[in-house]
Formats: sequence, structure tokens, C-alpha cells
Amino acid sequence: MKVFVKRGEALQEFEVPRHPSQTVLDVVTYIQRALDPTLAYRFACRVGMCGSCAMTVNGAPRWTCRTHVDRVLKDETLEIGPLRNLPVIRDLVTDMRGFFDKWERAGGHFEGARTRHDDFARVSPASREREAADAGIECIGCGVCYAACDVVSWNPDYLGPAALNRAWTLMSDVRDTQHAQRLRAVAGDAGCHACHTHMSCTERCPKHISPTAGIAGLKRAVAKAAMKGDL
Amino acid sequence: MSRKFETGLWIAQRASAGVLALCVVVHLGTIVYAVRGGLSAAEILGRTRGNSGWLAFYSVFVLAVAIHAPIGLRPVLAEWLAWRGRSREVFALAFALLLWWTGMRAVLTVFG
Repeated sequence: MKVFVKRGEALQEFEVPRHPSQTVLDVVTYIQRALDPTLAYRFACRVGMCGSCAMTVNGAPRWTCRTHVDRVLKDETLEIGPLRNLPVIRDLVTDMRGFFDKWERAGGHFEGARTRHDDFARVSPASREREAADAGIECIGCGVCYAACDVVSWNPDYLGPAALNRAWTLMSDVRDTQHAQRLRAVAGDAGCHACHTHMSCTERCPKHISPTAGIAGLKRAVAKAAMKGDL
Repeated sequence: MSRKFETGLWIAQRASAGVLALCVVVHLGTIVYAVRGGLSAAEILGRTRGNSGWLAFYSVFVLAVAIHAPIGLRPVLAEWLAWRGRSREVFALAFALLLWWTGMRAVLTVFG
């Protein structure tokens, strides 16, 4: 197959042999090891857990380690580039700092009231809050949703689907003590109110999470807080 | 300030969308019902002139439009034209007043 790899502004063409069950990450690794050792890319676990290998493949953001070539090949051709909406360090490697800084800005860290001297908190798996947290908790921080989001490309201050999904899982965590502060952090035109419900994040999330649903939950929670005068 | 303002606008847009959903259904339903056998301008004016119920309904309709549309216009201006800040808010407010004024002018003309 023909593989075009975006390197800076240019596309470099490679001829890569096809194999059964070949992944896009296999293709990039073949190019780096057999054809051009100067190609820069990032990966770690190779099994869909670490979230480090996401790239743009034939126009759409994807986790490359779990994307089979068979599923995305068009006319025996692949075009591979870095993730959109993030600064490119080199070739296929993006700078994820801004992406993760936004998690912090969205109040993405847990703060509980218990110490190690207290007993475990007991949260029923069937409770509404636990089910809401479960729906978003499997995020691996790959940045696919962030790259898929048009609002991020239009409004660079927008916190983005991953950070807001994280905020929503914490809003659904009954042990967390920072609910009021977090709602203040995610409200406004750089937060949940910027989302237009395009659902590109939900469409592309490799873990089948719906950040759109979480963002809608945040909008409702912020509205309730505003009406109570707590915002 | 921004978060309270944006949240207030979000609530206003949702509430006005609810009103519009009802108003549009009643508006279209009335049109379809009223023109079944053909309808002249004189007949329309005969029904609307001096009809307070009709005036109240379309005053609410116009108000909901004047609230809903400018709020939706704000992100379009920001995302397509990178127009943010106070001047955009003034423009959105002016657009709201324009919609309300032209809408009410039409309503009052048909009522009076």
C-alpha cells in the first residue's frame, strides 16, 4: 500500500507491505524501523490503554494501535498526520501540555474529605451518580476527541471534551468536595457553554465515551447552581 | 461575571427555545387550518384586528425570537469572525432590539 506521512507542511510517500491484522501503528513503526529512522512518532503500550499513539488517519483522529489498516484503507492508500488542534513538535508528535493543562483548569483533580484513618467510602454500583461516573471514567487521555472538536479549532481557549468529561465524572463522584468550585471553573464561553453538541467527540472516542452527554450534564448542573445563587 | 452572564444567556436561550417550539407549532398549525379553503388579506385582517388573544400570542412569539436569535448569533460571530468583547455584546443587543421592533411593528400593524 501507499502511505503518505505528513512531515511539517509536506507529505512524504512510503511503500509499505500489507499483513493480516496489521494496525496503523504497525505501519508507522515499519516506516521508522525499515524505511526512515528519522520519523518521529509516539507510542507506549500498543494495546489501547496509554492514550499516547493517537494520530490523524485518512482525515479522522484515531488511536493507531487499535485501528486495523483494513478498516481505514482507501484506494490502497493511507494518509497519516499529527492530531489536529495541538502544536506539532515534530512529524507525528504533538505537544499535549495545553490539552492536559485544560484538565487542571476544568477542576480535573479529585479532592475528598476522608483521610487514610477513615473507613472506605461505600458507593453503590447501581446508584445514579456511580452510573454517571462509570459512563465517562474510562477515558485514556488520548486527545482524539480534542482533535475531532471544531469548537476547539474556533475557540482555542475552550476546555474541550476530554477536560469537561473529566469534570463531569468528578461532579458525579459523591466523595468529591469540590463541586461548587468545579462548576465555576467549567461555566462560561471557554467551558461547557461553548459546546454546540456537534458530537464529533462522541463519534470519534475510541473508548465509546460520550463527552457530549457529560457536557450536557455540566450545563444542567451549572444552571441549577446559578438559580440557587451558588455560581 | 462571564460565567454568570453566559449561564444566564444559556438559560434564556433554552427557555425561549421552549416557548418557540410551542409558538411555531401553533403558528404553522393555524396557517394550515386557516387557508384550507383559500384566504384573502381582507379575511386575515378581519380575524386579527382588535383580537387581543392574537396580539398576546404574537407578542410572546416576537419576544422569544428577539431573545433566542441574538444569543445564538454571539458564538457565530466569535467563531467565524473572531469578534468578541463588548462591541459584540452591543451588536447582539442591537440585533435583539431590531428583531423585537420590526416584529412588534408587524404585529401591531396587523392588529390595529
